[in-house]
Amino acid sequence: MVRFLVTRLAGMVGVLFLVVLFTYAIFFALSPDPAVQICGKNCTPELIDQIRTNLGLDRPFYEQFLGFLSGLFVGTTYGTGPNAIDCAAPCLGYSFQTGQPVLEMFEQRFGVSATLAVGAAVLWLLMGVAGGMLAAIKKGTWFDRAATGAALGGVSIPNYVLALVLQYVLVVQLGWLPFPQAVPFAADPGQWFLNFVMPWLVLAFTYASMYQRLTRANVLDTLDENFVRTARAKGLAPRLVWRRHALRPALTPVVTLFGMDFAGLLGGAIIIETVFGLNGVGKMASDSITKNDQPVIMGVTLVAAFLVIVGNVIVDIVYTTIDPRVRIGARA
Amino acid sequence: MTISMTTLEAETGGAPSVDAAPPAPRQGVWHHLLRNRGAVLALSYIALVALLAVAAPLVVKLSGWGPYEFDQAAIDPNLGGLPIGPLGGISAEHWFGVEPGTGRDLFARIVYGARTSMLIALAATTLTTLLGVLFGLLAGYHGGKVDQVVSRVMDFLMAFPALIFMIAILSALPASNRAPLLVLVISVFGWPYLARVVRGQTMTLTQREFVEAARASGASGWRIVVLEILPNLRSTIIVMTTLAVPGYIGTEAGLSFLGVGVVPPTPSWGQMIAQSMSWYAVDPMYFLLPGTFLFLLVLSFTVLGDRLKDVVDAGERR
Repeated sequence: MVRFLVTRLAGMVGVLFLVVLFTYAIFFALSPDPAVQICGKNCTPELIDQIRTNLGLDRPFYEQFLGFLSGLFVGTTYGTGPNAIDCAAPCLGYSFQTGQPVLEMFEQRFGVSATLAVGAAVLWLLMGVAGGMLAAIKKGTWFDRAATGAALGGVSIPNYVLALVLQYVLVVQLGWLPFPQAVPFAADPGQWFLNFVMPWLVLAFTYASMYQRLTRANVLDTLDENFVRTARAKGLAPRLVWRRHALRPALTPVVTLFGMDFAGLLGGAIIIETVFGLNGVGKMASDSITKNDQPVIMGVTLVAAFLVIVGNVIVDIVYTTIDPRVRIGARA
Repeated sequence: MTISMTTLEAETGGAPSVDAAPPAPRQGVWHHLLRNRGAVLALSYIALVALLAVAAPLVVKLSGWGPYEFDQAAIDPNLGGLPIGPLGGISAEHWFGVEPGTGRDLFARIVYGARTSMLIALAATTLTTLLGVLFGLLAGYHGGKVDQVVSRVMDFLMAFPALIFMIAILSALPASNRAPLLVLVISVFGWPYLARVVRGQTMTLTQREFVEAARASGASGWRIVVLEILPNLRSTIIVMTTLAVPGYIGTEAGLSFLGVGVVPPTPSWGQMIAQSMSWYAVDPMYFLLPGTFLFLLVLSFTVLGDRLKDVVDAGERR
């Protein structure tokens, strides 16, 4: 187990390093000169040169990259003399637009995104897994057909379209819900719920549909397996057959998928937060795209990659404990 | 699912197995497919959109307005440029109404948007399939070092937050000529999902007697791969490709929606929906029309892929 963990973690560090390298190289090679951007309107060539030296943009690629890397781990200092700015580890740089540290921007907005992600995850697990199991148990009934049809529609409707439809119907036409705003839970739990419920639903709906389809298909497949037939043949009560034999193996792939999807939620958050105007990390990302604020885009990319990769490792570890077939001993 | 690759991943679990006998004959597949109501409806809608896309200039001539023509008479300057008339200005003149603010004909923009969507999805599908089959065969047939390298690259690409990385790359690239870049970026992150399945099945097939027989009779590696292995992968490739298409359409629309995809004035459904966001409360038709077209196209490909998979699976069980 220790050896497995060590190799897995080493692999994770390797992938993360490659992600940082790729991201940095792409921005280094492709981005328009940041110095010109920072400089703004009243710009002189001397000023641009000075900004370049301050940011270290005049140095070769590998030096800049190493500087960025060490900034991540031990912090770094931009410029020299009285104008020097200290950036403590993990330093993700400064926004070209506002001059704010990227890390600080993250901290301010992370709560909103986390609320969105956790709420949506709870909803989609409930809707998806329970819906899928019920549909499989009641295969062929009206419930199965309705749930399966809804899931088919759910995987096909782009979430921004669903968001606009819901917002138009529930907010503009019926006035049942407020225009979503990031009300803190501590301020007013009721309003907090009312404001977040629509974004949760929209973000959860696509995933819920995918999980419904997956769960239903898996449960039906498992029911065809020999061990389920044996359990039935030996006279086990149907309820126990379901609980002990059919559901557990059918749900293992769902666990894997959930880990990865949850870690990758930042991608979905970009769209949802943009549509609803919620000021989270996703909105920050899409705003910085329109303003071409590259340190922020790069920061989001790195954090998202970090979450996905860590998520993958956690899934692997969890998987070995819940699925006996992939326990470590069997692997070697 | 718009943009997440997990849909694809969820489906791969159920990809048809190779343990069964030779692939179902193509006529059989068509025959079964055409007897299924859902599949026929899906195929008809896809055919309709494809026809609109191909014949866009002709269709637009018929409807009277081009996608880039401004009709100032169709919008009301006193209401901030809202279309005149009910339902977003739907009339005999403008079949789907007009864009608020500019007065461009929505029908023409949707028709030309179909062109963008179909073209990008088709190109991305072709490129992804080529890459996926090529690398999958390479890794599966050769094994050893080649397999190690290809598998690591696949792991790396699949462990990536693809959407965010696509956004990052596209936002850093110059805005001109986005379509080929979109295709490239989608394909680079898309091929491992097909390659992984092709690799697995190739490994199984390589152990089978008929491959051994071909090898014993002196066939070259190239010949074995093309003549013995590839035909057996046909149904897998067709099913997985069909199931992947809606993902590409959604991704293109999603990226255009976020402003890093197709650049205006070229119309794209995702981009139209993005622009409709500032008007949705007063002119719901503006987002409903492209939204419905997009939804139905993704739905059709999903239904078609599902049915195709059922037919192929059933064919193999027989």
